[in-house]
Amino acid sequence: MSDETAQNDFPMGDGPSAAETREKMLEVYPKKTQRKRGKQMLVNETPETPAAIGANSRTVPGIITQRGCSYAGCKGVVIGPIYDILHITHGPIGCGWYSWLSRRNMTKIRHPEETNYLQYSMSTDMQEDHIVFGGEKQLEQAIQEAYDEFKPKAISVYATCPVGLIGDDIHAVCRKMKEKLGINIFGFSCEGYKGVSQSAGHHIANNGVFKHMIGLDDTPVEAKYKLNVLGEYNIGGDAWEIDRILRLCGIHIIGTLSGGVSYDEICNCHNADLNVVMCHRSINYMAEMMEQKFGIPWFKVNFIGIEGTKKSLRKIAKYFGDKELIDRVEEVIAMEMVDVRPVIADVTTRTKGKKAALFVGGSRAHHYQDLFSDMGMKTIAAGYEFAHRDDYEGRDVLPSIKIDADSRNIEELDVKADPERFNLRKTQERKVALEESGFDFSDYEGMMRQMAKDTLVIDDISHHELEKLIELHKPDVIGSGIKDKYVIEKMGVPCKQLHSYDYGGPYAGFKGAINFFKEIDRMISSKVWKLTRAPWKDDSDSQSTAAKEPVAVS
Amino acid sequence: MLEGTTAEIRERKALRVNPAKTCQPIGAMYASLGIHKCMPHSHGSQGCCAYHRSHLTRHHKEPIVATTSSFTEGASVFGGLANLKTALENIFTIYEPDIVSVHTTCLSEVIGDDIPTIVKKSEEAGIIPEGKMVIHANTPSFVGSHVTGFSVQCAAFVNYLAESNGAKKNVINIFPGWVEPADMRELKRIAELLGVEYILAPDTSDVLDSALDGEYKMYPDGGTTVSQLKAMGDSLATLALGPMASALAAEKLTKKCKVDHSILELPIGISATDAFVNALRIAGDVTVPRELEKERGRLVDMVSDMSQYLHRKKVAIFGDPDHLTPMIKFLVEVGMQPAVVVTGTKGKKWAQNIREICSEANPEVEVVPFSDIHYLHQWIKANPVDLLMGNTYGKYVAKSENLPFVRFGFPILDRVGHRAFPLLGYAGGLRLIEKITDAFFDKRDREDPDHEIELVL
Ligand code: SF4
Ligand code: SF4
Repeated sequence: MSDETAQNDFPMGDGPSAAETREKMLEVYPKKTQRKRGKQMLVNETPETPAAIGANSRTVPGIITQRGCSYAGCKGVVIGPIYDILHITHGPIGCGWYSWLSRRNMTKIRHPEETNYLQYSMSTDMQEDHIVFGGEKQLEQAIQEAYDEFKPKAISVYATCPVGLIGDDIHAVCRKMKEKLGINIFGFSCEGYKGVSQSAGHHIANNGVFKHMIGLDDTPVEAKYKLNVLGEYNIGGDAWEIDRILRLCGIHIIGTLSGGVSYDEICNCHNADLNVVMCHRSINYMAEMMEQKFGIPWFKVNFIGIEGTKKSLRKIAKYFGDKELIDRVEEVIAMEMVDVRPVIADVTTRTKGKKAALFVGGSRAHHYQDLFSDMGMKTIAAGYEFAHRDDYEGRDVLPSIKIDADSRNIEELDVKADPERFNLRKTQERKVALEESGFDFSDYEGMMRQMAKDTLVIDDISHHELEKLIELHKPDVIGSGIKDKYVIEKMGVPCKQLHSYDYGGPYAGFKGAINFFKEIDRMISSKVWKLTRAPWKDDSDSQSTAAKEPVAVS
Repeated sequence: MLEGTTAEIRERKALRVNPAKTCQPIGAMYASLGIHKCMPHSHGSQGCCAYHRSHLTRHHKEPIVATTSSFTEGASVFGGLANLKTALENIFTIYEPDIVSVHTTCLSEVIGDDIPTIVKKSEEAGIIPEGKMVIHANTPSFVGSHVTGFSVQCAAFVNYLAESNGAKKNVINIFPGWVEPADMRELKRIAELLGVEYILAPDTSDVLDSALDGEYKMYPDGGTTVSQLKAMGDSLATLALGPMASALAAEKLTKKCKVDHSILELPIGISATDAFVNALRIAGDVTVPRELEKERGRLVDMVSDMSQYLHRKKVAIFGDPDHLTPMIKFLVEVGMQPAVVVTGTKGKKWAQNIREICSEANPEVEVVPFSDIHYLHQWIKANPVDLLMGNTYGKYVAKSENLPFVRFGFPILDRVGHRAFPLLGYAGGLRLIEKITDAFFDKRDREDPDHEIELVL
């Protein structure tokens, strides 16, 4: 039996079917919770025409969830990594503290006289009187002090839950201080209660970056092929590996939003001829808005996984359309594959047919399936933490997504074509020509189309569902986040953190894939899982083989 | 590294830079995890809970379970009653804890949710099963710090649970303060060595340092049980370790159940451990076993052996007040010189006390409560020191100033020792001396010119 048929016959391995598993997961819940969670858990019965999933809906109170808040999505994910902006959290001490260096957005300062503000956590440390009498004065003073002390080129302010509630107008304070200090100062109303997860914060962040940074610097960029990588946060150095590969091909990245990026690069990145999107969830808004305003087309890429990387490179080359570039890309792929092939050949002997499950983020649960499939592993279940229906089912469902009460309050910017700068590089014509030849723009097919039939798709998986999955299927490895990691490992299953990479990486591109293959091989082959049981537990009088008499040195 | 930090100190009234504290609920969560079969519940938006769980997980490398009311904008406007009721129903059905320990966040505090009323309504609606209970602590973060959050949670255990049945038992209550599971284990070992019967609350040992044996237990074997918490009211006496974390609970217990208490420093170093052992000896009416005296002697011996490397070494140190006081005492004891002491928590009296402790070793000591690591960094740029001590965030300062660095306190995100070995007691003192001298020696071995490298130190 070939592997393909094995996957088709036993999409979940030899445990219970996806439908049975789902039933068992739901069993314990009170009725209402059962109904609600049921909509977020699907058997992928028709991958080509994915069923509707209840994604981006409220978290059920009391359920142990993976999700965080809008502030985390805005400050923590999208804006936080810009190293030369001074970031001030307006609120009590905690929010700013927890988002201090806890995501691994790697960055290098560009000039020795610069400051990397990511090593700093700045906040207004609100006290009770600020809550009672308002915190605007405190914020104003904090901005002044930050300016006096650090002289940054820009300051960004983030609102936390209590700030929204007491009604501080952070934007007014920012405007006032911008005028006074003559540097760019802007705020984000990303109070944690907005939306239903980090996702709301991504949107708020996209809006702010677009309004306050994009397009500020029209200095032309001299490069033949220039693009931006959107939705790449340089965890573990991923952006640097993507940059390395693109450079080899002769492609110039103006801005990577927002991993390892500088303020100036963002202000200048509308000079690109293309936006490629890695994490669709966190940044598709930006891609759309830049297209509307400047005419820069975008499409989805995935530099996670060998096949994904190759496909993405070829797609970019095809977009620019020069034979020279198309050939160069093939050369680079061939060159890089020299190192990749022996590693795959080696690790696959141990990883082939093994089962993975992925519950993370808004794109990684999809992207990493490529890496697992590169090593012959099967993804039996997957889901995002804060994605929307389009990330599961593909962008074609967008028109049918209803805006609910939780999303309604998140501003949709009304973006118009820039009278002078729209289409300034004739990208629009090229786009039309390519489209006519069957090239997909503004595309994302979603996770479910790629997953095998009758596997499980679980949005915002709960602690209980995860436990059940392990109990029933014992995947060989699970990709998840910090909050689940040790739960999973206590059950004897290795867990790869796919937010932080367990402080390893990069995992993107070719070199990254090699790192990942070796890492998963280590996890699957680790001897520690065999040590979890003490030999005397096995109820036998004889000494175990591990305890053979030691050999004397003589 | 920290390129923007200069020696020029400007007065800051509104801007906190690189804090030396975090917010109350994480302390409440940590304390609640030390109760057997207890589910900590964060009443507010889910972000706080996610942050607290992540942070505790990074520190302990263990599962940290806690639930949240997952407020949305609607709940923020109309109050969290419905959210908490739904949450309690789910929690008791799905996770089956014996007790749910609700703490508030900034959000629910600003809204003004009245937790006892919500709990009462939930009770009336039959959401809380027979024999199970819900307790609560108010932990807004615009007040206090993670330490006070721990403290009010401990006080809530007493408030809700402790009861006296009249007959006092020969048992000593110990409030351990915010220390590691390994430290809680050490406190118990010392009490057992002395032969004292005790109740330790909370107790995170065997909860947040549980074994890897292929089985996951949402509620591991450890933790103070609800019946122990109740029984605390009948104990003979209470030892409250760490005034900031434990005094409140001990005082409540005295008031509520007439259990005498003494407030002690955390037993870090020689004299603070002596005080703890002595207090246990008196309260339990026991004699100190030879075994423990020998342990003490081994620590004194090591201090004497290493004295030449410690003498008058200048130390910059930051952390939580309860940890700092005995730690600084110990530094003075072993001949070192505290130069600058920073905590993020407020505490004028505390600062005065630290100055007194240092009065002989360094009358000029700079002690600043309600301050931050950035201030400490600026200060040492102008006044060089020999050693930095503090939590993991200190490593950026250590790297930027090329200082030997000893990690202690909360959180430690990049080393594993705190998970296994105590810092408390005489054993902890031995470990501290090892850590401090290792830090000095490693730097020397790495940086000294070849002709100055010593084989024997
Ligand atoms: S809002 Fe939440 S995370 Fe922020 S300080 Fe308050 S309790 Fe802590
Ligand atoms: S207070 Fe709000 S913004 Fe801060 S961590 Fe909590 S949910 Fe997020």
